[in-house]
Amino acid sequence: MDNQDKPHVLSYSQLAGVLIILLALTGVTVGVSYVHMGFLNVPIALAIACLKVSFVLLFFMHLKYEGPVIVLSLIGTVSFLMIMIGFTFWDVAFR
Amino acid sequence: MTSTPSFYHQSAPPGLTGIKAWLLTHDHKRLGLMYLGAVLFWFTIAMVLGLLLRTELMSQGRTIMGPGLYNSFFTLHGVIMVFLFAIPAIPAIFGNFFLPIQLGTDDVFFPRLNLFSWYLFMIGGLLAIVSLFVGDGFPDTGWTFYVPFSIQNSKNVGLTVTAAFILGMSSMLTGLNFVTTFHRMRDKRMGLMQIPLFTWSLYSTAWVQILATPVIGITFILVVLERLLSIGLFDPDKGGDPLLYQHLFWMYSHPAVYIMILPGMGVISEIIPVFSRKSIFGYKAIVWSSMAIAIAGSLVWAHHMYTSGMSDVSVFVFSLLTFLVAVPSAVKVFSWIATMYKGSIEMTPPFLLALMFIYLFSVGGLTGLVLGAAGTDIHVHDTHFVVAHFHFVMFGGTGFAFFAALHYWWPKMFGVMYTFRAAYWGAVLAAIGFMFHYVPMLILGLQGMPRRYYDYLPQYETGNFLAGFGAYIMVFGIIIMFVNLLMSFRKGVPAPADPWGGTTLEWKVPSPPPVHNFIDKPQIMDFPYDFKGVGEQSQKNGR
Repeated sequence: MDNQDKPHVLSYSQLAGVLIILLALTGVTVGVSYVHMGFLNVPIALAIACLKVSFVLLFFMHLKYEGPVIVLSLIGTVSFLMIMIGFTFWDVAFR
Repeated sequence: MTSTPSFYHQSAPPGLTGIKAWLLTHDHKRLGLMYLGAVLFWFTIAMVLGLLLRTELMSQGRTIMGPGLYNSFFTLHGVIMVFLFAIPAIPAIFGNFFLPIQLGTDDVFFPRLNLFSWYLFMIGGLLAIVSLFVGDGFPDTGWTFYVPFSIQNSKNVGLTVTAAFILGMSSMLTGLNFVTTFHRMRDKRMGLMQIPLFTWSLYSTAWVQILATPVIGITFILVVLERLLSIGLFDPDKGGDPLLYQHLFWMYSHPAVYIMILPGMGVISEIIPVFSRKSIFGYKAIVWSSMAIAIAGSLVWAHHMYTSGMSDVSVFVFSLLTFLVAVPSAVKVFSWIATMYKGSIEMTPPFLLALMFIYLFSVGGLTGLVLGAAGTDIHVHDTHFVVAHFHFVMFGGTGFAFFAALHYWWPKMFGVMYTFRAAYWGAVLAAIGFMFHYVPMLILGLQGMPRRYYDYLPQYETGNFLAGFGAYIMVFGIIIMFVNLLMSFRKGVPAPADPWGGTTLEWKVPSPPPVHNFIDKPQIMDFPYDFKGVGEQSQKNGR
């Protein structure tokens, strides 16, 4: 059985710290939207969004403290989604 | 052992009696049987619809129905067979019943969620029935619901795709339960390479259910929104892309054929070693091929779209990926054959049905290569060849694996033995009828007869008549099989705990099992298919 991970509880101060980081990054997203960087507009916005998602996954969803099964499951799922979206966009690009 | 009451005599949770003991049950075994009842009901309806369709095609022109009804019937046949039979049949019935037992545990990880999945399944089925009788009737789009037809016609597409959405939720929750049970509930002494192959196949299937099903769910919501609000997602006039629908639909619906076939392969991997009295050949290769099929099979969806106007680069890539899936599939087939080689074969109905599966599935797989190659696919796309190929894989494969599983685990589930002679007759007639039914379709397709057509040119009449004739033989054989199984209740010949000489854990518990599955702590074998000593035990049992 793979149930090797131990229970864990995050303190309110840790959770509040993550919340503040997320709010700050939201502010950065809004701020960056006023700066015109041409082609980089979308990649930068997406990079900030990915960073925020990582904080949510790692701390609010406790991924940082989970065993390898859960982490591998998430990586597999995200990879699968990327392939699905990527292959569809690819078809449109070459059509 | 036999003095312990079975799960039929004890409810879970305790204290429930009568119909409540079933409708509120948390017991995975009862839920498996509830799925069995529902799935057989739907299978019977869809089989009758299929028979009516083939009867219509037995002669040119109108025979028993008009073209509108014909279109609705083939849509209904497809929707029921895919969403209410082939997808849930083996995982929901046998998976629910046997996965926890094979893992040495007393239930699935989320028993209440399991019950909820069953209710979703029933609600989805009920909605499909309701959509027959309200509005302008059942859709005539085919089970693929392709746009723009599905967003333009006046039939009950919205309600039917909602039914399919709910059925998808049921399937997804069952998959989630199986993955969690596999990791969290497995006996602590059971390592990954000690798990029976049927459970491995369910595990790989469950991942496909979890990852691919949301795609179709979202797509069906988009179809409903498109119909109600004319957003323009798939409408080129509004900047939409009809091919996007096909991509989204097949992202689920191609992996769905692996949801249908992988558990069937798991069933065959159980039956072949037991009746060959020989350890399965290539256990690890079969485990990895299950996972490889699940992964590679999820990356080939656009091979349904070669003629749709997709880019040539995509056609090339998806064709290549499609050929890759043949490798793990062949690993399984060769492993089953190598298992039988020099084995001590004991012929039984489940073994005969497993042999039929191997042959019919192989024909289905090989005809798939014709369709996987972009060049030949252009010739046979949307012809009866595709219909025959699909049914060789889905019915010759999943259907016969379902029959094999039913005959293999029937004594365990119900505690009674059935008559072999009638089972052989049923299986042989079903297989002969199957060949008469689908081989003419392969030829008709190569000759150019399109699929989903109500009528045809005179040169196709002989083939269509033969196919219809085969359909009647096949259905007759299936009826014999089912009646024979039902007659086992009347005869009441009790089944021993291990009537076949099996080695996996379900054969270590009484038939039928007690409510918590195991009376004593299960003994986990180093290798689940170790047949040392099984012969002596069989002799003691008088077989």
